[in-house]
Amino acid sequence: MDNLLFIQYFTDLGSLMGQLLGGMLKTLEIFVLTLLFSLPLGLVVAFGRMSKNPVVQWITKIYISIMRGTPLMLQLLVVYFGPYFIFGITISASYRNLAVIIGFVINYAAYFAEIYRSGIESMPVGQYEAARVLGYNRTQTFLKIILPQVLKRILPPVTNEVITLVKDTSLAYAIAVTEMFTLAKQIAAAQTSMMPFVAAGIFYYIFNFIVAAGMEKIEQKLRYYR
Amino acid sequence: MKILEINNLSKQFGALHVLRDISIRVDKGEVVALIGPSGSGKSTLLRCATMLETADSGEIVYLDEKAMETGPDGRAVYASSARLRRIRNYFGLVFQDFNLFPHYSVLKNVTDAPLSVQKRDKREVQEHAGVLLEKMGLADKAGAYPYQLSGGQQQRVSIVRALAMNPQILFFDEPTSALDPELTGEVLKVIRGLAEERMTMVIVTHEMQFARDVADRVYFMDNGVIVESGSPREVLEHPAEERTRQFLMRYSQG
Repeated sequence: MDNLLFIQYFTDLGSLMGQLLGGMLKTLEIFVLTLLFSLPLGLVVAFGRMSKNPVVQWITKIYISIMRGTPLMLQLLVVYFGPYFIFGITISASYRNLAVIIGFVINYAAYFAEIYRSGIESMPVGQYEAARVLGYNRTQTFLKIILPQVLKRILPPVTNEVITLVKDTSLAYAIAVTEMFTLAKQIAAAQTSMMPFVAAGIFYYIFNFIVAAGMEKIEQKLRYYR
Repeated sequence: MKILEINNLSKQFGALHVLRDISIRVDKGEVVALIGPSGSGKSTLLRCATMLETADSGEIVYLDEKAMETGPDGRAVYASSARLRRIRNYFGLVFQDFNLFPHYSVLKNVTDAPLSVQKRDKREVQEHAGVLLEKMGLADKAGAYPYQLSGGQQQRVSIVRALAMNPQILFFDEPTSALDPELTGEVLKVIRGLAEERMTMVIVTHEMQFARDVADRVYFMDNGVIVESGSPREVLEHPAEERTRQFLMRYSQG
């Protein structure tokens, strides 16, 4: 009897995973698109933050401060409802999916910008000077000498952010984007069961396990120099 | 033939005069040693000559090209960036702490700038690098990364990196100061070899014996001025100035 219950338990879990599958794909989509846009955007923001132009520096500083100083959930709400409440634009249902990506990208770009900045500023001045004496121009110096070393240095904090992002995707429910966690909540309410949350937890855990393993692989690849 | 001429160079950091009215001339094949106590301005002079630091006034001329001069308002005017780029090709600099690129192998450290800056032929550059590495006793290290090398080996790689650009003149900024005493010898030997080949060099150094051996001319600097200059015999053995005598005495006492 016990055994049967056990099997029952896992077939339930299996079918739950099936029901959650659509949400998982949405979660994956938010994750991939956020990284795709926020990683390069973060570099642009970092340059703005380090700019010699005080206006640019000031603007990026305020932007980063707001993005880091207010809840991501609030930012998602503002991005989604803002156009209606501020400009009176009617929001279409499809804007929801765009809004969630915009919200995540601008938030994560701010965090990545600060990570890039700390990495770039940690580079010894001697590397720039050696490049300069050898005649590298500014672009060459950055792309060939500085950036590769910065990437190696910032990999651990970037891994942290990426793992946080996996879990943060669940915040998309705030504007009713049916990513996996939204689905899990709906099913849990309908079935009055904890199981959907267990399934969701397993999913996030496995997702992050893969992310962490992938990042470790990259770290290992970069271990050929010190 | 004149390779480098510096006239009346001055530089201030705030209220501190690091360089006052410095004039130096280096001819082809000449080895010049710059000596003096720390804070005397030797390194700043080298950094101004290699344009890592901007001077306030004076004149810097490489071959026949003016890198900087004093404008009518009394302030430094540097040449156009295109000209400065060309002038940078005339000199190489060996840093005190090597500044090798840690993510590049020894060979790539040496060949990357000739390839991507000077746009030279790949085969020619690699052959040249091979010859230079061989000469410096680093032939078996071409595939190694800087962290795998001793300080002396790293400094020799950085000398090769500078030589691979075919400079007209090579600057050394205290090339052995970051090395353990037992490793300075191998680096000094390499520089000695270059001196024998009549490579034009300006060397900032604390190694008095070395300066005596390799230099054609020695400049003694203190407090941002050149106190005296001449042959190693004149400056190091029969200094005319009291300040030089005191410095050398302190030095020989250790």
